[in-house]
Amino acid sequence: MRHLISVDELDRAAIERIVRQATHFADISDREIKKVPALRGRMVLNLFYEASTRTRSSFELAAKRLSADVVNFAASGSSVEKGESLKDTVLTLSAHRPDAIVIRTPWAGAAALVSRWCDAAIVNAGDGKHEHPTQALLDVYTLVSRLGSLDGCSIWIVGDVAHSRVARSDIVAFQRMGAKVTLAGPPTLIPREIEAMGCAVRYDLDEIGDADVIYTLRMQHERMTEPWVPSLREYATRYQINESRLRSSQIVMHPGPVNRGVELSGEVVDSPQALIAEQVKAGVVVRMAVLYELLASSPTAASAPAQLGEVHV
Amino acid sequence: MSRTELVCRPSTPERLLFSEVRVLDPRSGLDELRDVLVDGGVIVELAAPGSLDGEGARTIVAADELVLTSAFFDPHVHLRSPGQEHKEDLESGTRAAAAGGYGGVIAMPNTEPVIDSAPLLRSLRDAAHRQAIVPVGFLPAITVGLQGDQLTEMVALREEGALGFTDDGRPVTSAGMLRKALQYQRTAGGVIALHEEDPTLSAGGSMHEGALASSLGVTGVPTISESTMVARDAELAAYEEGRVHFQHLSCVASVNAVANAKANGARVSCEATPHHLLLTDAAVATLDTRMKMNPPLAGEADRQALIEGLRSGTIDCIATDHAPHARDEKEVPFEQAPMGTTGLETAFAALNAGLVEPGHLRLELLLERLTDGAGLYGLPAPRIAAGESADLVLIDLGASWIAGEHGWASRSENCCFAGQRMLGRPLVTVSRGAVVHDLLREGVA
Repeated sequence: MRHLISVDELDRAAIERIVRQATHFADISDREIKKVPALRGRMVLNLFYEASTRTRSSFELAAKRLSADVVNFAASGSSVEKGESLKDTVLTLSAHRPDAIVIRTPWAGAAALVSRWCDAAIVNAGDGKHEHPTQALLDVYTLVSRLGSLDGCSIWIVGDVAHSRVARSDIVAFQRMGAKVTLAGPPTLIPREIEAMGCAVRYDLDEIGDADVIYTLRMQHERMTEPWVPSLREYATRYQINESRLRSSQIVMHPGPVNRGVELSGEVVDSPQALIAEQVKAGVVVRMAVLYELLASSPTAASAPAQLGEVHV
Repeated sequence: MSRTELVCRPSTPERLLFSEVRVLDPRSGLDELRDVLVDGGVIVELAAPGSLDGEGARTIVAADELVLTSAFFDPHVHLRSPGQEHKEDLESGTRAAAAGGYGGVIAMPNTEPVIDSAPLLRSLRDAAHRQAIVPVGFLPAITVGLQGDQLTEMVALREEGALGFTDDGRPVTSAGMLRKALQYQRTAGGVIALHEEDPTLSAGGSMHEGALASSLGVTGVPTISESTMVARDAELAAYEEGRVHFQHLSCVASVNAVANAKANGARVSCEATPHHLLLTDAAVATLDTRMKMNPPLAGEADRQALIEGLRSGTIDCIATDHAPHARDEKEVPFEQAPMGTTGLETAFAALNAGLVEPGHLRLELLLERLTDGAGLYGLPAPRIAAGESADLVLIDLGASWIAGEHGWASRSENCCFAGQRMLGRPLVTVSRGAVVHDLLREGVA
């Protein structure tokens, strides 16, 4: 694996390998000394064109736990605001010879483009409404940790699918791991012909009792240039996951940040059925596994550990 | 009115003899070996093969697969002058036209500044008189600054040589505004050419709405954005008895709307581009910015409807919508990239390879549709006959080549067919009796 641009590039075996590696890193994270020297001397560059706290710090923490050097480059307050193009920015930053570039942009396909312009391993941390592959991997990791397997599992993804890169990556990853995916939300927020991705579509939650896992999406005000639903109140009435809709055996997930009282009721957020905190925790170990997979086995590595494959510490 | 003539820089007509060449003029049904003598800017004589001696003439002896036909006419190109000469200019754009076998083009007004006044049009025509290699006609704007809220001085523009009017690149969103333009057309004349798009439906979209856009997370443009406007404006044109030309149709419903309007007697015509006739949104799967154009590449059913429209005559002509953009402007993420593909240098060869060779379209019909744009704008339809203006192209029908392998005459290289196999190559283009493109003399062929 040279880059992580899209979940679509990963077969089930690759996803399972990353999940397994993440499990090993999770063991390390529970120790007093959480750091391993796997990527000592390697440089990871975080290039973020969109505001992000949790994803960026999750990647930063992951890189640091692997002893890599981390440089954060935020587009605001930088040359980007002075009109520098994405390509020029990437070429300029490449002069520092980063081993990996973790990139988030508001544009579909940007991470793939960047991979053509430089030698670094590219990790897509979100490209517009297209993909967010590490989120999908951490979601799979979280579910596998809880359920053991996703084979035959029914997962409902509820809410604003149209503006969600998380949904697109999850649809692919969940299905590849053997789950059945159903999308539910207001028709204005379910993209036309999305069924072609292999999932079912519902415009109401009448049959949500069938779901083993309910994956709720954030109503993304920041991506909306026009009102897609009459009101958040009507949205909540019809699509909010709350105690009256939730069965006790069901698991609830959310990529964060949550709009309490909109897509999820506060009670559900705080209930033990919600795995939201587990997802955040999984984010670090899964991103460690991704960086490790990309960098520790790369042939150009100046300080690659002699022992390739999974790290057992 | 001499002002309405197309303009180009003065050139010296040559004395040329095409000896024993297959002459193909679908308009007159001619498809036979002939000797064709060109002199003084006109076709002097069409004679039996081997009968003309060509004294004092450059003699071009035709090989097996060469065919001599009327030079093509493109009613829709962006030459980017004034103001965007880093993309294209009158010389490079018309050189690209000549290389593609075109003997005339019509340039769009969405330049910087927008061509929306008589003095601007006059200065642009003066520039074309110095720089253009093949004749260029102009469509100035319907509304001032393409802003959609005030008519340009259509009469003054017509007197300065406007063939018609367009806000191309943008729709005339307001039906009331377009109605006024159609009413005023009664006194101004000229064709009103329309880029059809409902911005409330297309807003934010970068590609055709459908399964692929949904899986890529790219906001789609629904085909109804175009077709509802075609239907609306066909009704407006019928009501005001106006003369309207619909630009770059891209979908089934638009073709149907035009067919209905024609059946009801409305004075409407329309064009389709090589890219909409040959490609679908599947080409966008890798988010290659060369595949981003407006209207976007649509579905296979849409493409088939366009091909059928060409056959039936619902679609009157082929236009390239040649839209050059500089490399750095296209080397950006798909959603940020400007819309448009170049097309002049590949139109015939791409359509010949994609539609004629597999048997979807007859060569004669393709050649006709590549020249039909002239008549739509009131210009004489090209014919190959003694006394006619010598606007000709000699094509090697058997030449198989890869688009872009010889470089580009255009200043820009954002061609959606780059790297694709082309079939048939314009070897010599003659415009008003002067050779404006010549691969034989360059020794390339």
